[in-house]
Amino acid sequence: MRRFALFIVISAAIAVAGCHKNKPPITRPAPPPSAAPATQAARPPSPPEPVAEPTVVPPEPVRDDAIANAPLDELNRNSLLKPVFFELDSSDVNAEGQSVLNADAAILKKYPTWTVTVEGHCDERGSAEYNLALGERRAVAARAYLVSLGIAADRLRTVSYGKEFPFDPGHDEAAFAKNRRAHFVITAK
Amino acid sequence: MKIRTTFFLVPTLALATAVLVAQTQQPPPPTPPPQQPSEVITTITSGDGAAPRFAVPDFIALTPDAETQTIAKTIGQVLWDDLNFEREFALIPRDVYATIPAAHGMNDVPFDRWRELNADGVIIGTVQKTANGIRVEARLFNLKTQQMAWGKQYEGSGANPRSYAHTISDEVHEQQRALKGIARSRLTFDSDRDGERMTGTVEQRGVKEIYISDYDGENQRRVTATRSLNINPTWSPDARSIVYTSYRHGLPNIFISHIYQATMEELTKNAGNNWLPVFSPDGTKIAFGSTRDGVNQIYVMNRDGSNVHRLTSGPAINTTPTWSPSGTQIAFTSARTGDPAIYIIGADGLNLQRLTSDGYADRPTWSPAPFNEIAYASRTGSGLDIKVIDIATRRVTQLTFGEGTNESPAYSPNGRHIAFTSTRAGKMQVFTMSRDGKNIRQITRVGNNEQPNWSNVQK
Repeated sequence: MRRFALFIVISAAIAVAGCHKNKPPITRPAPPPSAAPATQAARPPSPPEPVAEPTVVPPEPVRDDAIANAPLDELNRNSLLKPVFFELDSSDVNAEGQSVLNADAAILKKYPTWTVTVEGHCDERGSAEYNLALGERRAVAARAYLVSLGIAADRLRTVSYGKEFPFDPGHDEAAFAKNRRAHFVITAK
Repeated sequence: MKIRTTFFLVPTLALATAVLVAQTQQPPPPTPPPQQPSEVITTITSGDGAAPRFAVPDFIALTPDAETQTIAKTIGQVLWDDLNFEREFALIPRDVYATIPAAHGMNDVPFDRWRELNADGVIIGTVQKTANGIRVEARLFNLKTQQMAWGKQYEGSGANPRSYAHTISDEVHEQQRALKGIARSRLTFDSDRDGERMTGTVEQRGVKEIYISDYDGENQRRVTATRSLNINPTWSPDARSIVYTSYRHGLPNIFISHIYQATMEELTKNAGNNWLPVFSPDGTKIAFGSTRDGVNQIYVMNRDGSNVHRLTSGPAINTTPTWSPSGTQIAFTSARTGDPAIYIIGADGLNLQRLTSDGYADRPTWSPAPFNEIAYASRTGSGLDIKVIDIATRRVTQLTFGEGTNESPAYSPNGRHIAFTSTRAGKMQVFTMSRDGKNIRQITRVGNNEQPNWSNVQK
């Protein structure tokens, strides 16, 4: 059953890839890292603190070479590559995940020298052992979709951390949803 | 890490107290057994069919220094706990011993007074300082006959008095009940207790290192120092090596640490993700899970990493292997029909059969003989619970009931106990329980501690 689901995903991926061949990927410059608050997900969110109104520093327009020249750590802290989220016990990339991966693929095409580790992660409701395999499936599903969009397979390696590194340490569905993900770490550029 | 030097004792005791990782010495050479007093083989019974009632007072310090006195007290207390753990004897609580005058040696034991406590047996022990360490003598007396039922003398280091108690306990169980005690066995598990952080692209993540401890949670010691993720530790059958999954080079691969030699081998090298290694009962092979051919499958390799062959196939996940006690079968988790469930396959890859049908199930652990069952983690609601399935009858018994989430069961070498992890006390901790789910005991308390595995008693 899973296999068919995966095939559907891959066929869908190939279909999307086909569309993209006709329509070249977006070549707009990527948004500046500072304007992307959603990228903090690599750390568990800290509790809101009542603070004085911060002095707002207007974001400087970031040129392409600023990203190209940024150190790896900085790139991964404010990553342009957005994670893909999964349903419970599932490694199927859904429509929302596909649109995230479409954008990620565009970035990977823009920076063709980047190599990326696709990390698979799980929530705590599965067992520690099985989650290793499930997380790997998620990473592979995300990778397969990116490859179907034309990203070279040898730029993407997969690793699973099971439920060892939850992004949100909470024990509710909101936390679980954030923890069931494929996460991208740039390892070379 | 403290390094202890050579011990000169009964071989079993030397191994039980031997040391870890950082040590570069070879284990002590086997020494000839010490002189033993004559043994009178008698089995102590209660007379009414109930468990025999035993008293274990503090051992007697024959030398008056404080260290020997502390050792004598420790051995008595630990021996009481060790014997109590197997529930073969009814241990009389130590706080009622105060009314009984302490003996000064084996020759003035007040048998009548112990009999008044309704004890069937009493273990009297002495500790004496020697030039090289200590000499410990223990005797079990049958209080009905006032004769010695068992007795033995040990010599060795005084650095770990608990190991003398563990050895005495195992020998008393063997001699009195024909039971393989586990007091000299050890646990291994992974732990994030050091609060260390990774470096590199994922620097904010906590590391996990492999730890070991005595069966009762004492003497917890670190085995790895990689500053990365180390999980899935399991013992070699000789209890001298630990095979585990390490992410020290990025991808998960299988490593083996020979903890008495301070040496390590990398058994798989970056061909996919490799994890969940388990030794075959004869110690010659290791089963593990790997994604080297795409989908996660079960593989078997020689203990040096050579001769890898695949056991399972198909498009679904197959993972988390465990060997049958004979080494002829492997149970594992497969998602081939949807939710992961437990299956059994021959070690030759033939005769696949499905074992569980109660929904999400993982971490099968095959019991040692004479039990013929498999413990596993089952999703029972928002979390997991430990269940046991009888292989012959397929009868399922649930052992935990939603006190936190309960995972990763591992049998003691005599099959009478199960180590597991639970969040019932807050963070994820290692616990042990009897195979009926009773007598729950917390083993770890610092950090998160997971995926326990229980060693054999070293020969």
